Amino acid sequence: MKELLIIIMSAVLVDNYVLSKFLGICPFLGVSKKSDQAVGMGVSVIFVMLVATAATWPIQTYLLDPNELGYLQTIVFILVIAALVQFVEIFLKKFIPALHRSLGVYLPLITTNCAVLGVTINNITAEYSFVESMASSLGCGLGFLLAMWLFAGVRNRLEEADAPECFKGIPITLVAASIVSVAFMGFGGIIDKLFA
Amino acid sequence: MKKCEIFSKGIIKENPVLVLLLGTCPALATTTGVVSALAMGIAATAVLFCSNIVISMLRKAVPDKVRIPCYIVVIAGFVSVVQMLMHAYFPDLYDMLGVYLALIVVNCIILGRAEMFARKNGVIDSALDGLGMGIGFTLALVLMASFREVIGAGTWAGIEIPVIKDYAVSIMTASPGGFLAFGCLVALVAKITSGKAPAKKSFSCEGCPNAAACNKESCETDVKEESK
Repeated sequence: MKELLIIIMSAVLVDNYVLSKFLGICPFLGVSKKSDQAVGMGVSVIFVMLVATAATWPIQTYLLDPNELGYLQTIVFILVIAALVQFVEIFLKKFIPALHRSLGVYLPLITTNCAVLGVTINNITAEYSFVESMASSLGCGLGFLLAMWLFAGVRNRLEEADAPECFKGIPITLVAASIVSVAFMGFGGIIDKLFA
Repeated sequence: MKKCEIFSKGIIKENPVLVLLLGTCPALATTTGVVSALAMGIAATAVLFCSNIVISMLRKAVPDKVRIPCYIVVIAGFVSVVQMLMHAYFPDLYDMLGVYLALIVVNCIILGRAEMFARKNGVIDSALDGLGMGIGFTLALVLMASFREVIGAGTWAGIEIPVIKDYAVSIMTASPGGFLAFGCLVALVAKITSGKAPAKKSFSCEGCPNAAACNKESCETDVKEESK
């Protein structure tokens, strides 16, 4: 249990996917204008990451590895994730329309989100067990949600900031992201101290 | 459009990273050093060049509705080829790039060029476009990596620079430095090209590879608000 907690905590705070590993930057910058949209995107990403890991981990362990097909990892994973997202969208539309209305618009955007493919590959590279993989996906997703949500707040203030002409728009947003990232650097080492 | 213009537009005028703001993830993640940035640039250029050619050849054979999955398969195939070649011949670089090498698959530049250019143009034009965009991507990455490595570590591609070495600001090679360097470079390009550059796409649907698949509600409302 402690190991799982360490995996989750370090994925959320220390190795935050957006702010320290630079995965999923496009949605981070694109959909963080309003905090409700940011939270919707974050929740969808958590959901897709968990489903994607639940699908890709068994494929890698029981299908690719025993048959020495490890080199097909990239192709198989991206196809599985793409198909899965489509499937989840259809399923939600048919059976849980309320959830589809709130998350549906974000799902297609996630198909080619590098954070989702990244987390599935990282779980394999780190040689996690199935439960550990799920914990790490949950942690990465929560970290993404946290970063999105915090940054949406920062961006609200940026709207009124008086930036130099050439910095308006994306450049000043990136500089703000850099400062949020400095804040997250402060969490370095927290895991060792907490669980020592 | 003239052949030479197709080739050169990706390098400066429509630079994928600094002007179109595509492929931000590798631009931030692999620019801690010039060597890894160059390796990433070359790997992505190779994939872009090959996938543009193949997608352009297949443009009449692939039905419109299933084109995105088809493109992804083509791109993922070339990424696997590049991964295997790099693993065999440059194992150090392979380890350095790690997961980001596999993530070329989801690099928006490659799917974006397939969607915007290769599926509408001939093989030679698409090859030139892929090469130009790839070189533009590589140049932008190397520029950013030079900026970060010189300030952050006092070296350039591993070569020590005498005075700066003693005053290295190591945060530039850490993750916040990536955002900062990228923001400053985009601002610099905006300053230099003000008025002359094509209207900033700023994450609009046109440059987004997901545009065809998504119902556009979430992103297009953003873009409209922005243009008001």
